[in-house]
Amino acid sequence: MKVDALWLRANVIKTVRDYFWERGFLEVETPLLIPANAPEEHINPIRTTLPSWQLQTSPEICMKRLLCNGHKKLFQISRCWRSDERGSRHLSEFTMLEWYRSDCDYQTLMSDCEGLLQYVAAICQPDNCFFVHNSAKIDPFAPWQRISVQEAFKRFGQIDVWDCLNKGLYEEILTAVIEPALAGFGSPVILMDYPAELAALARTKPTDCGLAERFELYVGGLELANGFSELNDPTEQRRRFEDANCSRSKAGQDVLPLPEPFLNTLALMPESAGIALGLDRLVMLTAGVDTIDEIVAFTPEEL
Amino acid sequence: MYTVADLKKGLKIILDGDPYLVVAFDFVKPGKGQALYRTKMRNMINGSLLDRTYRSGESFEPASLEERTMEYLYKEGDHYTFMDQQTYEQVVMEEETLGDAKNYLLENLKVEVMLFGDKAIGISLPNFVNLRVTATEQWAKGDTSGNDSKPATVETGYVLRVPPFIEEGELIVIDTRTGEYSTRVKG
Repeated sequence: MKVDALWLRANVIKTVRDYFWERGFLEVETPLLIPANAPEEHINPIRTTLPSWQLQTSPEICMKRLLCNGHKKLFQISRCWRSDERGSRHLSEFTMLEWYRSDCDYQTLMSDCEGLLQYVAAICQPDNCFFVHNSAKIDPFAPWQRISVQEAFKRFGQIDVWDCLNKGLYEEILTAVIEPALAGFGSPVILMDYPAELAALARTKPTDCGLAERFELYVGGLELANGFSELNDPTEQRRRFEDANCSRSKAGQDVLPLPEPFLNTLALMPESAGIALGLDRLVMLTAGVDTIDEIVAFTPEEL
Repeated sequence: MYTVADLKKGLKIILDGDPYLVVAFDFVKPGKGQALYRTKMRNMINGSLLDRTYRSGESFEPASLEERTMEYLYKEGDHYTFMDQQTYEQVVMEEETLGDAKNYLLENLKVEVMLFGDKAIGISLPNFVNLRVTATEQWAKGDTSGNDSKPATVETGYVLRVPPFIEEGELIVIDTRTGEYSTRVKG
């Protein structure tokens, strides 16, 4: 019943909010309509009639500017838009939870994820305290697995991740082989240390500049969150944005405007880490449903 | 032309010259990665299933299919001929394409013929057809073997199980969706 799903949705959102309030995070609202998103090769913003202004694809740029202003712990629950994304786990308009912390790295975010998911399961599913996806139960209180991307490709796909990238097979292998393998774990899984080219806004590892301090949280094989240690070098960040635009241009996509005020203040950003979590998907996992359609008030097709 | 954004269940496209029906579709996009469009398609001529994954930027030719009411005329070898009563246009279909539908084809039967260009690729039959029994064993009164059906051959050559009381020369109703005996036509 959709009525039940909407009550559960509201409860998950309230619970997430409580979790961060109780831990001293500042809840912020940043503008949804912005002149520039962080340009990414495979994310297309929705344009508006205001010349060059777009709907946010993520609140990332504005939230990092708040870190530059000295805020230390921030969270936001906001709508995001990504053009042409529609599937059983995707809506063009969706709800994102993002949180940022200064003076820490991606390891702290991984612990945050454990705390948050355990809290949500305990409050929103008090009878059993687990999540369900594709009929599989996932217990957030069981020990979480952490696997590097390289290891996951080797272990589950018997293939080298760099080789996959060179051959343009990365997405295919990840979605057809790796994600289904992650679904077999009874606990959430953290896939970590991505090839640097797959993390345009993340810091590379001090020990290996070919790898980024980025991780993805998977629950029952469903990609739930993407977090990383933030890059705070404006020159390097500008170069990566330009690279993304270059790839877009080669693929016949439009070149996106750069967020100049963000680049201009980035040098002031302390060492930080930030993460984006698909709140609709967290509701799906809590409700134990397999399509995003079941936990939103209306799908675009119904409008 | 369709683009990947048009892909959905029920879409008909041309692939390697054949019409395909999209029977399952999903959009997958790993974090920060390229979008993939996963489809399962059925070949509308031979029924085979095909899994294909597409990426942004790919395009497809729409398969235009037309359904027309036609009358079954006659069979010659493995070839069955149908005619549009309005235009007198005739199409020929092979036994293999017709599949089980051949069991119910009696001259002058009206069927819906699916056309892909000028090629007939399948037919849909009425749910029920009346066919005369041409051969079946006599039902021995007092038979205690417990059989509640017996084989019967109808005028198209199709053999099916019928109740013991059906006799040669009787007209019976057959459900074309299951191929089974439905009832007897009285009178």
